[in-house]
Amino acid sequence: MLEHRSWADGLWMAVGMLLLLLYLAGVLAGRRRGRGWPAARTIAWSGGVLCCLAATAGPLARIGQTSFSAHMAGHLLLGMLAPLLLVLGAPVTVALRGLPLQHARRLSRVLARPELAVLTHPVTAALLDVGGLWLLYGTPLFGWMHASPAGHLVAQIHVLVAGYLFTFSLVGVDPTGHRADIRLRSAVLVAALAAHGILAKRLYVDPPAGVSVADGERAAMVMFYGGDLVEIVLVVAVCLEWYRRTAPRSVGTSAGEGHGPAVVRLGQIPSRASDPGRQTE
Amino acid sequence: MTEESGSSRYPARNLWSGVLFGIGAAAFVDEAVFHQLLHWHHFYDRSTPAVGLISDGMFHAFSWFATVAALFLFADLRRRRSLHLVRWLGGVLLGAGGFQLYDGVIQHKVLSLHQIRYVPEVLPYDITWNVIALLILLAGVALVVRTRVHAGTPTGEHA
Repeated sequence: MLEHRSWADGLWMAVGMLLLLLYLAGVLAGRRRGRGWPAARTIAWSGGVLCCLAATAGPLARIGQTSFSAHMAGHLLLGMLAPLLLVLGAPVTVALRGLPLQHARRLSRVLARPELAVLTHPVTAALLDVGGLWLLYGTPLFGWMHASPAGHLVAQIHVLVAGYLFTFSLVGVDPTGHRADIRLRSAVLVAALAAHGILAKRLYVDPPAGVSVADGERAAMVMFYGGDLVEIVLVVAVCLEWYRRTAPRSVGTSAGEGHGPAVVRLGQIPSRASDPGRQTE
Repeated sequence: MTEESGSSRYPARNLWSGVLFGIGAAAFVDEAVFHQLLHWHHFYDRSTPAVGLISDGMFHAFSWFATVAALFLFADLRRRRSLHLVRWLGGVLLGAGGFQLYDGVIQHKVLSLHQIRYVPEVLPYDITWNVIALLILLAGVALVVRTRVHAGTPTGEHA
């Protein structure tokens, strides 16, 4: 199986480098038009790409072929931490700022398409993400995927893309024409966290075929507690958005960003400090 | 609106922030003290039925959310100068006592998720656990009732 992995490793490395370069090109193009970009977002994007590569092309990926707990650590990196960091990198905003105007307009028209509204709806995205995990680990699918390198690659891409859609549907950094109500997003988030934790405990007693008891138990712990760590960041991100949006007018928020293009509504609307000293409501 | 402490504004938000924080705090103590430090509770009992696992999963996920949401609501009340600490504390006791009672009666006993401690005689543990839960709950009810806002007071909920 190992020799099959080398081409997939190379593919991941190439795609990762491409994603990094495209992002940097977008940031630089935007800067040439006089629009600054927070370094933290660039760092988040780079960190996200690194997490993807660590999970797919590094030594962790190699150990993950034989150890289920290492595989699970890779799953956390690829399906949870990388998507979170990539979403925080706000790649859509980078593209809209960096692209020439007509292309940016075309992109925002694509973003407004109803198919994307369905895909980035929290319920759809959560079903794709956590539902996919249940299918992968709860059925013999896991064995088949690991038996074939192409199947393994498909599973990895699904985990990454579904994780990205799920995070994107919850965390309002990039503009989107359709952001679900915050109460619905919170409910979906809690339900998805629960389904993730329940699956982890199920794996504790019932790991996929061929996984030893000790390895299965360790993997379940990694999934349960590691998942918690990423999940709490998601919860903070959703709550922070509510906190900023509902700021009374007398309270200024640190609005370092939010100069997105006017074509699409920004999910995150930092209130401008104005009219100091007056209590609202 | 005046700048003075708004003990009558946002009564429901004060209560909810407290209740959510109480649930989160009780769940945190449960996880940190009884699972991790004392190792009384088990991660999983092989005899746990599916419904117990689902209940545990939902509460675990919700307690994370509750803790964080409660703190943001708390910060929101502070920036609106509408924090009513006694009512908030009442909510905390209500949430913590309610969660512990639910954990002790429903999750430990009815759904047999896991026991408080794996000893031959678990009854004294169960009684202590649930009596403490009930006392916390009642203290919470008392505080919440005492800080009730009387009818006719304008409230500004749901910003």
